[in-house]
Amino acid sequence: MMLFYFQRLIEIYPFFLKGLWMTVAVSGISLVFGTIFGLVLGILRASGNKFFVAIIGVYVAVIRGTPFVVQIFIVFFILPEWGIQLDAFPAAIISLTILATAFICEIVAGGIKAVPNGQWEAAASSGLNIFQQLRYVIVPQSLQTILPPLVGQYVLLIKDSSVVSVIGVVELTRVGWVTVNRIPEGLMVFSLVGVLYFAISYPLIRLSNRLEKKMATQQVML
Amino acid sequence: MLEGFNFRVIWEYMPFFMEGLRNTFLISIVSLFLALIAGIIACACRLSPWRLVRGLSIAYIESIRSTPLLVQIYFLYFGLPTLGLRVPELQTGIIALMLNSGAYIAEIVRAGMTSVPNGQIEAGIASGLNYFQRMRFIILPQALGVTVPPLLGQAIVLFKDSALLSLISVMELTRVGQTLTSERFMPSEAFFTVAFLYLCIYFVLKSLADWSQKKLIFREAY
Repeated sequence: MMLFYFQRLIEIYPFFLKGLWMTVAVSGISLVFGTIFGLVLGILRASGNKFFVAIIGVYVAVIRGTPFVVQIFIVFFILPEWGIQLDAFPAAIISLTILATAFICEIVAGGIKAVPNGQWEAAASSGLNIFQQLRYVIVPQSLQTILPPLVGQYVLLIKDSSVVSVIGVVELTRVGWVTVNRIPEGLMVFSLVGVLYFAISYPLIRLSNRLEKKMATQQVML
Repeated sequence: MLEGFNFRVIWEYMPFFMEGLRNTFLISIVSLFLALIAGIIACACRLSPWRLVRGLSIAYIESIRSTPLLVQIYFLYFGLPTLGLRVPELQTGIIALMLNSGAYIAEIVRAGMTSVPNGQIEAGIASGLNYFQRMRFIILPQALGVTVPPLLGQAIVLFKDSALLSLISVMELTRVGQTLTSERFMPSEAFFTVAFLYLCIYFVLKSLADWSQKKLIFREAY
């Protein structure tokens, strides 16, 4: 019986590849948006402007303080009440982007604050304007502190993308959930799902560890 | 936007919400306790001299860390019955949370254990301190400072992750929100209340974590 189910599972592998592709698409798109917005908000947060710091602080606290499932339900069920009709896919992208932005903006703000004040002053007295200061002096240096946790955060966000299956986006977890109703071998089906997630996230985890080591040695050399 | 917000329904369902909150609490505390035990055991195995034990614990830690919690929950929820084990949803959920957090806690504990340099332990022996004195005066004060703040961070993550148990119909806070949505079709009342309750607990836990970080870090001295 096991073997029979195993064969069935192999027959429907294109379905799993589709799910894998959907997971990559959903998390890829939201990570790109999340990184852009997170970079902007992080710089604003590190700028010390009281207004921005307060607003962004509240946003980050609300997102970090509530479970992602609840955030998805709020986006998916409540926006339509306010007259914004959303399909599952855009709703997933929006909620994952909101989540990613909050976490990435914290990492970016931390990295920028780690750059010594003298660097800002030196850049300003060299006649660079604020964008040049950020582009040529501050951001390249803060990348050292930002990159390792950023890649680690990407892994967490890819894993969190499994939660968007609850609103019916047919990504990897949803594929497993649908399959298990036809092939009642929970261990087998979800092992396969787990292996596919592992294939995405394990290289990133290794990359994050390597970056951490590399950046640590660079810091010593400076 | 919220002119139709119905506080009366929230008030009517308040006992229900409180029950959900209590269940979320109990689930988190029980799973955290079990996860601490699992984490310490996994960490001891990770540091053991036997290669087989070490390999098993590395496999456990890495496979948990690179797959989403939701997949792990489904793995147990759909997988245990195929093994002939009839486990109720609540227990399945607690086992999943325990295994998930256990892997992260193992890494946290390991970081704490390896943070005390060997020279200090040797210095303790040379000063004539016995094992318990060395633990009490040298190792624990330093290791706790490295371990307790991230452990509290993990407790916060676990508390938020327990929301995922609503997807296997465990009656906790998020599930109460879903029930209210399906009974009265009032998603904004339901999920904003749920989010608010999560946020309240989050702030309590967060301030505890921040306070412990200030109190317990001794390393700043040098």
